[in-house]
Amino acid sequence: MVDNKKIIEILHSIATVIEENNSFLTELDNVIGDGDHGINMARGFTEVEKKMDTLADKDIGAILKSVGMTLVSTVGGASGPLYGTAFMKAGTAIGAKTDMTIDDFIAGLNAAIDGVKMRGHSTTEEKTMLDAMVPALNAMKDTISAGQRDTSLVLSTGVAAAKSGVEHTKDLIATKGRASYLGERSLGHQDPGATSFTLILETICNNL
Amino acid sequence: MVGIVIVSHSKKLAESILEMTKVMAPNASVCAAGGLDDGSFGTSYEKIKNAIETVYSPDGVVILMDLGSAVMTTEMVLEEYESDKVVMADAPVVEGAIIATVYAEQEKSLAEILVELQNVRSTPKFTCD
Repeated sequence: MVDNKKIIEILHSIATVIEENNSFLTELDNVIGDGDHGINMARGFTEVEKKMDTLADKDIGAILKSVGMTLVSTVGGASGPLYGTAFMKAGTAIGAKTDMTIDDFIAGLNAAIDGVKMRGHSTTEEKTMLDAMVPALNAMKDTISAGQRDTSLVLSTGVAAAKSGVEHTKDLIATKGRASYLGERSLGHQDPGATSFTLILETICNNL
Repeated sequence: MVGIVIVSHSKKLAESILEMTKVMAPNASVCAAGGLDDGSFGTSYEKIKNAIETVYSPDGVVILMDLGSAVMTTEMVLEEYESDKVVMADAPVVEGAIIATVYAEQEKSLAEILVELQNVRSTPKFTCD
């Protein structure tokens, strides 16, 4: 599917997309959170970019773990520990490989989701990033089960499901994170974390 | 002496809580880890880690957090330590900091301080009739 060099390229693209969406993500977070999601994610991925050159010859597991540690140390908001844990767990699951398959990707996302659930003591239907991550994973698994192994196609079903998941967060009252303090006022607004995850997955898909 | 760390999204809030603890426990070993390096709101892995190291002793360290990422970031720092002597307490951060520093200054053990912090969770500020 992709080798370690491609992973570095994709991470550069993710950093660019996060920077481009800095204001958008922050605006979403202004409405139902503490208004720092875009700023924090951009800060974290700027630091990830700085690390890239030192990671170029590392295996995929090591690259993802380093990305995770960088996000934990530099993001400054809840998305730091959450995305940090997600990347680190994915790195551990994929391991010391320099080339990964769609099955590795699925295993990585699966581990990332478990990590986010553990770190945030959260599950789906709580208006969090999990409401995009879990539907995306399930859709991709279904596509693979149906016999489709073309990575772009598998990923694109994941992106579509993540986008629907983001739409669905508008119908949810937040019970985790800062938005949970707002009660029903969080209704009608999409979750910033679910949105940033969808942007990341879409960037991976577009760069395969 | 057990060390105390106060983690907050706000630099000023963490420092002010620390100031308040000094009124009753001027000799407690306490450190504030508030905000990000540039002073903006957030929680910093490095600041928390440095604060723990500042107050660390073999007697242990108790960490009090405000909310959200302060808890999650602290959790991640603690995973790196893997020590049962460096622990988070789930207590109101202002009352918790005052109680923890008062007891720490009296050379109470980590376990004793954690019991007091557990009690403060169910101590009402006033009684409703």
